[in-house]
Amino acid sequence: MQLSGLQRRLDAALRRHAGTLLALCLCVAPAIAGVLPEDRTDLLYHRYQGGGVTVQGPSLLIQKKLTDNLALTANYYEDMISSASIDVKLAASPYKETRKQKSVGLEYLHGKSTYSAGLINSVEPDYRANTSYYSISQDMFGDLTTFTMTYKRGWDKVLKDGKVNGRIENVPFPDEPGVPNPGGLSQDADHRGYTIGLSQILTRSLIMMVNYEVLTDQGYLQSPYREILYLDPTQGSGFSKADQIYPNTRTSNAASMEAKYYLPYRAALTGQYRYYQDTWGIRAHTLEFGYTQPAWKRLILDGSVRYYTQNAANFYSDIFPRANFQNFEARDRELAAFNSYSAGIGASWEFPKPPVPWINRSTFTMRLDHLFINYKDFRNALLVDPAAGIKPGQEPLYKLNANIFQAFLSVWF
Amino acid sequence: MIIRNGNLTRSSRQDAPGDRPRARLPRLGILALLLATLGGAITGCSPIEPWVKPYEREHFADPIMAFNRDPVSSVYREHVFESREGARGATGGVGGGCGCN
Repeated sequence: MQLSGLQRRLDAALRRHAGTLLALCLCVAPAIAGVLPEDRTDLLYHRYQGGGVTVQGPSLLIQKKLTDNLALTANYYEDMISSASIDVKLAASPYKETRKQKSVGLEYLHGKSTYSAGLINSVEPDYRANTSYYSISQDMFGDLTTFTMTYKRGWDKVLKDGKVNGRIENVPFPDEPGVPNPGGLSQDADHRGYTIGLSQILTRSLIMMVNYEVLTDQGYLQSPYREILYLDPTQGSGFSKADQIYPNTRTSNAASMEAKYYLPYRAALTGQYRYYQDTWGIRAHTLEFGYTQPAWKRLILDGSVRYYTQNAANFYSDIFPRANFQNFEARDRELAAFNSYSAGIGASWEFPKPPVPWINRSTFTMRLDHLFINYKDFRNALLVDPAAGIKPGQEPLYKLNANIFQAFLSVWF
Repeated sequence: MIIRNGNLTRSSRQDAPGDRPRARLPRLGILALLLATLGGAITGCSPIEPWVKPYEREHFADPIMAFNRDPVSSVYREHVFESREGARGATGGVGGGCGCN
């Protein structure tokens, strides 16, 4: 196989899943039901840079009421990826690719109920994903309470690229453990999600929201490119590589609580906590605080800090003692144990109302977040050098620093 | 029976020989009946009265109190985190969150 030089898109492996379905946040009913989204258009430029990876691109979001009780939401999102991450350097060569995602959703308001449904489509050279979702929100108890239920279903096609006659194209999957359809040009992965949520006005200045979400996945859930490492004294480096083997099912539970408090001098405090666990043995805690402060007449300033921690999946290891050490084997960084810290600031400027009758309001916003991930059991295997006394398993732990920048124009009409 | 963490569990005392678990059941039943009566008396079998009146909710109309003030931005930010972390779901607006893998 001539795949080693093309084992790229490593960082995109998880990004594509998240990207496809995070669009649900755009489309699924908001916390406060009984009101359709405002007529609004946002044009965003985003840029992520860190760990040898740059991801940038545009996103266009349109929300428009078609009638008094029917609203349309449409989004186009693009990731232009240029990657020379640690994973790529270890097993492949730098690459560039583009992922395009389109979504459309409808919200129908009937009395105190809001019904939502939509479709999301994501395409990249070696991955196709389609998702549908359905949601019902109901206002209760004098509109102090909103209860929401959501169901979503996803169908993915996982492909694998290789170099054939000097050209990169989809190639058949090999006959390996963990590959359900050897020889096929694609593997399937199905996803289901069930969410219940409740938002509650508690006092004149305090509102809170709780969510519980169960997600189940079945099929080919691993990246076809990433590899594990195992000790191999016959190699000069002291280790060899082999394909990952993931379980074909995964079920996760996540519960979160978010509260927002209005301060007496017109500012807002936000606190959020999430607990997560899944059948792969990952348990994670997320804690985030935010502060919003309007300044002067047209400026709104935001600041936030976020802490995240998780333990490793049961079948994760930075380096395995030998080949075929266990049934399931993984070395994805996302399944390692680590702590993640981030801090962000943002500023939003509201333009004076233009002399155009169809524009009610317009703002320009910039936001910058810094992300730092401190891995506990994922080492920088590029630094293994037995000749210098650095054997596999003794190299320094990997750390990731990244900057996340956004700039967007919003127009309400 | 005792209630612990929302689940009915068997207490160690109940398992003890010579104990009379049935003796507690009527007391629980009476307590439930009292609570139901009290609840009925408070609500008067009428819709729950909102304790924050509509005219007292002006703070929630302020954009700074929106859970998701700029959807296009918050979705992107969550996307960045979810693609680098093992956890997923139950974030953002009700019903939002990442669904796959």
